[in-house]
Amino acid sequence: MAKFDLNDSGVVVIVGSGAGGGTLGNELAQKGVKVVILEAGPRIENQDFINDEWDSFTQLAWSDARSTSGSWRVHQDFPGLPAWIVKAVGGSTTHWAGASLRFDEHEFKIKSAYGNMPGANLLDWPITLAEMEPWYAKAEDKMGVTRTNGIPGLPGNNNFKVMEAGARKLGYKEVHTGRMAINSEPRDGRGSCQQIGFCFQGCKSGAKWSTLYTEIPKGEATGNLEVRPGSMVIKVEHDQSGKVTGVVYADATGAMQRQKARVVAVAGNSIESPRLLLNSASSMFPDGLANSSGQVGRNYMRHMTGSVYASFEKSVHMYRGTTMAGIIRDEAKNDPKRGFVGGYEMETLSLGLPFMAAFLNPGAWGRSFTSAIEGYPRMAGMWLVGEDMPQETNRITLDPKIKDKFGMPVASVHFDDHPNDVAMRDHAYKQGSAVYEAVGATVTYPTPPYPSTHNMGTNRMSEKPRDGVVNKFGQTHDIKNLFVSDGSQFTSGAACNPTLTIVSLAIRQADHIAGAMQRKEI
Amino acid sequence: MREIDRRSKYDRRVFLKGAAVTAPAVAIATSTGLGITDAWAEGASTLTPATLKTLLKMARDIYPHDFLGDSYYIAAVKPYDEKAAKDPAVKSLINDGVTRLDQAANDRHKMPYVQVAWENDRVALLQQIEQSAFFQKIRGDLIVSIYNNKEVWPRFGYEGSSAEHGGYIKRGFADIDWLPKV
Repeated sequence: MAKFDLNDSGVVVIVGSGAGGGTLGNELAQKGVKVVILEAGPRIENQDFINDEWDSFTQLAWSDARSTSGSWRVHQDFPGLPAWIVKAVGGSTTHWAGASLRFDEHEFKIKSAYGNMPGANLLDWPITLAEMEPWYAKAEDKMGVTRTNGIPGLPGNNNFKVMEAGARKLGYKEVHTGRMAINSEPRDGRGSCQQIGFCFQGCKSGAKWSTLYTEIPKGEATGNLEVRPGSMVIKVEHDQSGKVTGVVYADATGAMQRQKARVVAVAGNSIESPRLLLNSASSMFPDGLANSSGQVGRNYMRHMTGSVYASFEKSVHMYRGTTMAGIIRDEAKNDPKRGFVGGYEMETLSLGLPFMAAFLNPGAWGRSFTSAIEGYPRMAGMWLVGEDMPQETNRITLDPKIKDKFGMPVASVHFDDHPNDVAMRDHAYKQGSAVYEAVGATVTYPTPPYPSTHNMGTNRMSEKPRDGVVNKFGQTHDIKNLFVSDGSQFTSGAACNPTLTIVSLAIRQADHIAGAMQRKEI
Repeated sequence: MREIDRRSKYDRRVFLKGAAVTAPAVAIATSTGLGITDAWAEGASTLTPATLKTLLKMARDIYPHDFLGDSYYIAAVKPYDEKAAKDPAVKSLINDGVTRLDQAANDRHKMPYVQVAWENDRVALLQQIEQSAFFQKIRGDLIVSIYNNKEVWPRFGYEGSSAEHGGYIKRGFADIDWLPKV
């Protein structure tokens, strides 16, 4: 395994090892580029994952201080936990459910498709679906996405069968066990899904794609990639010409280190990435790095989310088997006649008893709550995930008071639902309940959003430098050897889960970075 | 369908006394054949037995599950004695909160909270203090201490960790048999 010197100014430093950073690191290493990945969390291998919701949360979740504000219910219910994401090697690809869907064509150009939307900050991506298709194809092959590349779909579990039966009764057509980066048959040295459940707690069998045991070891095997766990990047540094020169990070012992770099790629998720750019402010860049547009941290998106759980007369045991292998796509289209623009997916979801108690209706107590919980084995559940509107005022800022253990201001997350988000959620609650009522649900529970798992948009792509932070390759408009490689690049969020698009963009970005390095442009 | 055996090994109301109220302690108490008494609260060092019994009643009223014996709720509230011993802020939060609750019960019913006979009447008293730090602390702790107790999981039809059993691929992940044909 490679080990690079702190003064090696020829390396590409990547901050974060998740879907964006882990993929970019391997892709560059395969092309012969020297890479150092600095990961804030520890390296926990998949056999050490825990099939227990609270214990696993303690093991994997990013629980460093953050603050929240705004009218979103997460601020009321979980004021210190705006997002449920991971601090470990592999990032949130340890925790993700595996749903791997492509954007629709219109979802790359929402300003054109949706027109003027008061209160929203709509913008078309500087890339189109046609440009992305080859990269999507590479990502699907890399990740082993079911229903692509001749890979069969996963078998449906009980929770899927309930949703499927209800969907058919309602007349929904596009209903199946999803496009999932979870092996339905052995592939790429990993076995097939054992229907363990606990997809969110890290896949112990390794059937689910995660950079932890795919991209990262493959990159390390080239001799070009070094991963340093327990390395929290504090600041990105630059020279007098405005080019970045490296990063300062706290290593696993808490000691400060300076790693020099030829290129820096930030992939710390849509909360930490803008925080790092803002915390890297200097006399030359007083508003933070790459922030001449003032858009760093803005346009934070988290998807319109919610869940519907329903109880039936007889058992379902929704927690058995793959958590999210089930989807209804009929509502993902853009059909403004429904009273909102954009669309949403309905995807199977289950929680174990401990998290069901914590998330079904946070703060609730008494017999209406306990009656619901007593229906647990007879429950089916779905997640509602749809496009939310980018708004300038939904943003990550530096908290004026709270600092982390290294003295750096923590991220503060402000979010208000846009009226379009609210209209979509109401529609989704109604349709989700109808799905279950069609097959005999005795009661349905419209469940509020959990802490965000999809965090997007805070360093968005734009054609013009004044509209966003990065260009079509994730390269910052202001600093040519500084890149953003995670979901914070997203100009808009689309209806579907973001990981496939993050991975596709990372593969594409690696191609661009390696080429530009070869041409001595960076 | 493969249904779950809801019986618990620790089903009977049990005698609990001593510092640690863990499931094995419950099991030992059960195996000794001792019957239920109020003695579980008597060994408290910092909180009074009456305070602990009020917390027990509160816990049952906040998350009432009639199929769960007191032992599960005792396991959830008994650790407050040790927490209060370690942290004076917890001690005063609980003592002041219980005093206020009993005061409200006395004002309306001329008796302390635990003696108010109907759950609905006690719930009305809890609703008056729902926004207090005391109530929020107890409720927030209970959501974990009750539902994250592995011993209650089978009672709610939840099977817990599955990887060591080979997942559900051969244990009923797709065994639902009552859905209408589509």
